[in-house]
Amino acid sequence: MPPQKVVLRFGADIADQPVIYKLVKDYDLVINILKANVNPQKEGTMVLDITGEKIAEGIEYLRRVGVRVQSLTEEIIQNEDKCVSCGACTAICPTGALYLERPSMEVYFDSDRCVVCHLCVKTCPVRAMEVHF
Amino acid sequence: MAVEKTFQEINEKIKSGKAVVVTAEELVSMVKEKGVKRVTSEVDVVTTGTFGPMCSSGAFLNFGHSKPKIKMYRVWLNGVPAYTGIAAVDAYIGATEVREGDPLNSNYPGEFRYGGGHVIQDLVARKKVLLKAIGYGTDCYPCKEIETEITLDDINEAILFNPRNAYQNYNCAVNLSSRTLYTYMGMLKPNLGNAHYSTSGLLSPLLKDPMFRTIGIGTRIFLGGGIGYVVWNGTQHSPSFIEGKDGKNLGPAGGTLAVLGDLKQMSPRWLVGTSFIGYGATLTVGLGIPIPLLNEEVCRYAAAGDDELFAPIVDYSEAYPNRLPDILGYVSYAELKSGKITVKGKEVPTAPLSSYPRAREIARILKDWIQKGEFMLGEPVQLLPNAGAGIKTNVLNG
Repeated sequence: MPPQKVVLRFGADIADQPVIYKLVKDYDLVINILKANVNPQKEGTMVLDITGEKIAEGIEYLRRVGVRVQSLTEEIIQNEDKCVSCGACTAICPTGALYLERPSMEVYFDSDRCVVCHLCVKTCPVRAMEVHF
Repeated sequence: MAVEKTFQEINEKIKSGKAVVVTAEELVSMVKEKGVKRVTSEVDVVTTGTFGPMCSSGAFLNFGHSKPKIKMYRVWLNGVPAYTGIAAVDAYIGATEVREGDPLNSNYPGEFRYGGGHVIQDLVARKKVLLKAIGYGTDCYPCKEIETEITLDDINEAILFNPRNAYQNYNCAVNLSSRTLYTYMGMLKPNLGNAHYSTSGLLSPLLKDPMFRTIGIGTRIFLGGGIGYVVWNGTQHSPSFIEGKDGKNLGPAGGTLAVLGDLKQMSPRWLVGTSFIGYGATLTVGLGIPIPLLNEEVCRYAAAGDDELFAPIVDYSEAYPNRLPDILGYVSYAELKSGKITVKGKEVPTAPLSSYPRAREIARILKDWIQKGEFMLGEPVQLLPNAGAGIKTNVLNG
């Protein structure tokens, strides 16, 4: 199967489970972790590049243990013509991809840290955060 | 001898290109360095700015008469109802009105993608806006229905008239409950997940003239990218000073302004349609006020830094909706701007809803206009009630 990029989201209850180890050992998958935000007792997100024969089975395993799996085909864009640098997104973004630069207080978007959770798209008061496919 | 200047003297200096103008940001550091006395004699005008969501905004529009004439009974602009119970072809489009048929919060949290604030932004962007109106027909106004496209340039008058803008100070909103809240202060994460505030702090107009010594009816201002005026105190105007536990003055709060200006001069950069998920639509307004340094008292107030201005921390799960007086403490704008504060022993990330970079830009534009002699100060014909007036807001008993 061709390599696949996926976003994993897991609740605090399963953040302590060794899911990546299982993917490697039980499903013989090659895992490249592109981004990860995992903390004990907290919700976590991870973006993986997966290669191997048993990708479908591996993803099925993840879903079984309660991990939400989403294919990474979407990209979030900051529309700089619309963004007014209010900052309303900066304490909502779970990964710090949207942040205020101090002391200028300008809002910046680091797409490398974005896990495509869509919270900014929903909450941006001037609709400056857009989903691109 | 103490410096005393008049509006007329300062306007003469502006006319001759000799006025010394600084932004409030610049003033704060100047006063720290040189002291109030020297700066009062050196500087004539201080410019302020704020750019945030401001409900209680809207515009009066006169569409011109159709042929045959219509006495409008109901009117919609891009599907958003405007109030036309004023005259035949006059209407008021309010910032928080949403499209007819908007799902509101029926699929909570609602998106409120388009409202009166967006109509106003589309008008100033010179976009075509669909006008639909119905009438009931009279002998003098026989037409019963009209549907046509208008632009801001096509209609007779468009007057931005915001009955309550430029809040002197505002709450720092938090959420003590265990569920996410969708408020006009943005999305508040459960269990003190974030803290949102909404003033530009040391740049904010009414934080810099807390006793309303210079701002009154007739004050000329930057409004929506054009020139506007303060026309009255804003609604719910209740100026006061916050007193800390030890009796320390934590800065002003509660003052508001009613402002007016020619919408045709304004720009979509400074009037931005705004949507708060789960709450509604509104308008983000750019507003800046020049403060003449008439004397040392005015200068001292205008030089207040972010460490001297405080916001009350309010819980939006209980205290705010139920109109309880509980305040979780006070926090300075210096702390708020640092990115984190401590509430009930927990470190909470902060975020603003009003754009500091845009506020700074407004203060700079206003400074530039005055330095070029294009913008004269408007001397108030009457000052507004200040903290000494003892105004209290009323409770609606239902």
